[in-house]
Amino acid sequence: MSYLLKTNLSKIIGAAIAVLLFLSAFLSSLYFGQTAIVVDDIVQAFTSFNSSSTNHIVILEERLPRAVLGSVIGACLAIAGALMQALTGNPLASPSIFGINAGALFFVVLSITLFSFTSLVHIMWMALLGATAAGVIVFMLGSLGREGMTPIKVVLAGAAISALFSSMTQAMLVLDENGLQQVLFWLTGSISGRSLDMLYPILPFIVVAVGVSMFMGNALNVFATGEDVAKNLGQKTTLLKIAIGVIVIILAGSSVSIAGAIGFIGLVVPHITRGIFGPDHRWLIPLCAVLGASLLVSADVVARLLIMPEEIPVGIMTALIGTPFFIYIARYGLTKR
Amino acid sequence: MGRQINIRTKKNTISFQIDLKSLIITFLLMALTISALFAGPGFGDPFFSPVEIGQSVFGIGNVGNEFIINTLRFPRAAVSLLAGFCLGIAGAILQGIVRNPLASPDIIGITGGAAVAAVSYISFFQDTFGIQWLPFAAIAGALLASLLIYVISWNEGVTPIRLVLIGIGISAAMQAGTMLILTMVPDYSASQAYIWMTGSIYGASWEGLRLLLPWALLIVPLIIMYSAILNVQELGDDTSAGLGLSVQKHRLVLLLSSVVLAGAAVSIVGTIGFVGLVAPHIARLLVGRSFSYLLPSAGFIGGLIVFLADIVARTAFYPSDIPAGIFTAGVGAPFFIFLLVKHRNKF
Repeated sequence: MSYLLKTNLSKIIGAAIAVLLFLSAFLSSLYFGQTAIVVDDIVQAFTSFNSSSTNHIVILEERLPRAVLGSVIGACLAIAGALMQALTGNPLASPSIFGINAGALFFVVLSITLFSFTSLVHIMWMALLGATAAGVIVFMLGSLGREGMTPIKVVLAGAAISALFSSMTQAMLVLDENGLQQVLFWLTGSISGRSLDMLYPILPFIVVAVGVSMFMGNALNVFATGEDVAKNLGQKTTLLKIAIGVIVIILAGSSVSIAGAIGFIGLVVPHITRGIFGPDHRWLIPLCAVLGASLLVSADVVARLLIMPEEIPVGIMTALIGTPFFIYIARYGLTKR
Repeated sequence: MGRQINIRTKKNTISFQIDLKSLIITFLLMALTISALFAGPGFGDPFFSPVEIGQSVFGIGNVGNEFIINTLRFPRAAVSLLAGFCLGIAGAILQGIVRNPLASPDIIGITGGAAVAAVSYISFFQDTFGIQWLPFAAIAGALLASLLIYVISWNEGVTPIRLVLIGIGISAAMQAGTMLILTMVPDYSASQAYIWMTGSIYGASWEGLRLLLPWALLIVPLIIMYSAILNVQELGDDTSAGLGLSVQKHRLVLLLSSVVLAGAAVSIVGTIGFVGLVAPHIARLLVGRSFSYLLPSAGFIGGLIVFLADIVARTAFYPSDIPAGIFTAGVGAPFFIFLLVKHRNKF
């Protein structure tokens, strides 16, 4: 496998550039938007906040949460994708392909239309439940059969589960048309208009999951040599697989619960990162986080600038970026293995 | 294989073999379809007997019944049967050429393409141009999507697995496109388009039937003539090439006919999912693998499925009218999973 940066020094420089990329994406997320804002406003909003200035309020109440949520979710989805690809050895594995988005969404819509949940925290837990259900079903369906988990089987199982959950979602929405407008933005995936309060209850889980995954690099490298080899080298592979599964569900599920169905970040970012920094998971996982955050935040900036004053839900942006990528991997990436 | 009848002309210029059991089953399905057409409109409140329906359709019935039967219920039954017929055949063709029991127009993005085109038509053009161009828009969308799938999967020929994988990718892109349009247009058009997307025969009328029928009449005879080629194609690329079949050319023709049928049906009844997946499987259980029987049977079964789904949809939650697509998906998606489990060693 060829990749760009081979020496440690070049990787450190590359990582520094990635961090700079993230910072500039974050700052442009604060800067660009419908309300024109000058750089001074951003600085002042943090140093000397003035509650009568609209610009300050826009920055702190609207754009900052958006940028923060975008970074967190982008990082979570990218790590989840990288872990799933490592676990399954399947280049197409990622949260949206596994039907996790559709499952979580169905539970969200169910909780809004049927149970009339209003508390976002409750909805969040429902989403986590749906993500788990869909993920587990697809994983089980995909691993059936003599050859174990093949890419085509996982994709088909994911498509079936997605179709099942989306049709049930549609049923709920047709029966309750008022619900449609309420959840339409959720259906497409968006990080606008969400407050940071949504993040707090679930943040501890995310922090632990991300933290653990950062230290899994060595174990994942051993696992990547093949499960049999890893076992002979003394690795407790079952334990590792369970740990990865739990982390993936936490990362992917909580992202969906906050921002809806944002697809393809988990597919695209690990491939790009691997292309630049190589397959060493000690580098791969942290840099996936940085690049995933940068990608989602910049996609969100573009999504809000493209058809001003309207904005495109960022989930549609990522799907439009991601599907050509999926097709490329399906066409070229699978035959090489 | 059951009992067979051989028919030959004297000099053996024409000879064919008829499998008696399959033939009988096909005709039974046809009879069932016709009786459904005349019994179906009776269900609901008020109830009508098939005789009354027949009388009304041919213009000799009670004048009071005529509006409900002729304007509301009969076209609806006819449209659901015909649309299901198209979807069933489209699915059977697709499963034949892709040689994958899980293929169907909605899985590989063909109906997705139709949906993007139809939703944009409903949202942007319907007010100015009227509904009659909707089928053309949907078929054009389906054609574009399938050509895209075909071109991208092409690499010295198209292999079935690559076609399915890339189809799923295109399907996701099409979904994103549909959602993009839905978020850009005003709420009213959005919910109109959303209801259409789920698949509803609610507004079916004679006009729908008139728009759909030409496509069916155009494609179905062509496809029945092609059934021998489909039989060969199902043996696999190498075998059929060895038997002298121009595999890629025929595959394209077959794919196109499947696309046109699916696109036309979708434009009238919306994205009624999984009919194209389920109908051919049931048909295969009944009449076996030969496409001369499989295609018509899959069509009749598809029609009956949509017909039943629509009857349930309009009576079960009376007075609200649930899109039939929800019922077909509720049955179809578990069936898909069952197939995946059954064929787990094949992928």
